[in-house]
Amino acid sequence: MKVIVTVKRVIDYNVKVRVKADGSDVDLNNVKMAMNPFCEIAVEEAIRLKESGTATEVIAVSVGPKACQEQLRTALALGADRAIHIETEEQLESLNVAKLLAKVIEQEQPGVVILGKQAIDTDNNQTGQMLSALTGMAQGTFASKIDIQGDKAIVIREVDGGLQTVELAMPIIATTDLRLNEPRYASLPNIMKAKRKPLEVKTAEELGVTIKAHTKLLCVGAPAERKAGIKVADVAELVDKLKNEAKVI
Amino acid sequence: MSILVIAEHDNDSVKNSTLNTVTAALAIADDVTVLVAGSNCQSAAQSAAKITGVSKVLVADNPVYANQLAENMRALIVELAAGKTHLLAPATTSGKNIMPGVAALLDVGQISEIIKVESADVFERPVYAGNAVAKVQSLDAIKVITVRTTAFEEAGETGRASIEEVSAVCDEAKSKFIGEEVAVSERPELTSAKIVISGGRGMGNGENFGLLEAVADKLGAAVGASRAAVDAGFVSNDMQVGQTGKIVAPDLYIAVGISGAIQHLAGMKDSKVIVAINKDEEAPIFSIADYGLVADLFEAVPELEASL
Repeated sequence: MKVIVTVKRVIDYNVKVRVKADGSDVDLNNVKMAMNPFCEIAVEEAIRLKESGTATEVIAVSVGPKACQEQLRTALALGADRAIHIETEEQLESLNVAKLLAKVIEQEQPGVVILGKQAIDTDNNQTGQMLSALTGMAQGTFASKIDIQGDKAIVIREVDGGLQTVELAMPIIATTDLRLNEPRYASLPNIMKAKRKPLEVKTAEELGVTIKAHTKLLCVGAPAERKAGIKVADVAELVDKLKNEAKVI
Repeated sequence: MSILVIAEHDNDSVKNSTLNTVTAALAIADDVTVLVAGSNCQSAAQSAAKITGVSKVLVADNPVYANQLAENMRALIVELAAGKTHLLAPATTSGKNIMPGVAALLDVGQISEIIKVESADVFERPVYAGNAVAKVQSLDAIKVITVRTTAFEEAGETGRASIEEVSAVCDEAKSKFIGEEVAVSERPELTSAKIVISGGRGMGNGENFGLLEAVADKLGAAVGASRAAVDAGFVSNDMQVGQTGKIVAPDLYIAVGISGAIQHLAGMKDSKVIVAINKDEEAPIFSIADYGLVADLFEAVPELEASL
């Protein structure tokens, strides 16, 4: 069984973003980029499926500019067998990404597709679900456990009230929650080896997907600034302020 | 313009998140229909009909909609989408699970977690963990939207909408509900509580959360946690406040032993009053706290409890 895992190149999660002065977008010039943290978890899960003998091949896929190949090499260094880069210079919306991924799925016929539950830049939380709808594959979103049992998968999902367990008919689309696993680090020899692993570049035209704009970004602003308040000396003063000044208790 | 709101409910009554979503819908247009899909969900439909401003309630009462599995729900919603200009759901785990699939089947984009309605096609939403706010215009004929519930007030309950049965049975038979593990709590629900007290790594272990619970009981508050506290196994993940957990905006948020990482702030910085109790006076949480107390939480929290 093949496993496809998707990775997105995003701003590093530790970086505090700045909005451009003209309000057109956030400033990504000279900012540290990295693999989206939820995608790291997806890659780790795919590799574990291979290590446990469930998966025979792990294919990492990324959609984006040429620089995404860095993140694909990282996935290869972590244990993916080969990579597919769908090159585009545009910032694509989730539905377009899902359509491109659906074509790759059609060609590769994987048993499991693992995505992160959301990218930490757009915070959309859409692509996996859209991919499920487009391919007709069952979805297990916000997964904290994925257990493949032949022609079905048992997925434990993180939901608002706690945890929910669902049984899905294979093949499946899963999206990762933070607690699914703890991603490993790539070792130097593996990073060197990853340079020789196959990385295929495709375009949207080759895949027969027409990119369509569904939204227009009008402007990006900084959120309402929150100022630091005061320091109180002790608990008594805190309670007094909350009761008499803020009037919240 | 005609709007369909997908209700979140427990078969007995609609959840508060539905009330916030109706308010967002009414900011777009007056013609608001609510869909209650579930199994034995007639009394939830009755409660939806009471929401102020709702003109019609559609009830899809069938075992295939029990537990609102995404595959069946999205097929049903797509059937009901004809003639609608907007499809709205709360940005809860349920809404997030269902709506993008609806958008994909309709070949339209989705606008996630809106915090403001500017016009019928222009919305504001936070991006980059709430460090920027994007204003986006939808170019699609049908707008599929999820609503950040904390950004909209709850609608009242003075309505008298008509109730209509939906007979469509959409069973994709791809997924099956097996079970759930619900965290039981006597305290108010985290996302709708007026007061939230949260603990972080500084709590040390799970038992020490008892200190926060004691304060919570006196204040009628909900107890939350940072990701560090959840990952360390102190408490269960449904208590996590942050970009990847729950978004809260209570009147009072008390952060105890939480440093204030970007990820956590994304989930609580719209609270009205923020209190930070931390022994590290350099902790980033103090830069947004209205009232900061530099103290050892193991002394300060019991003292706080005693003085309430």
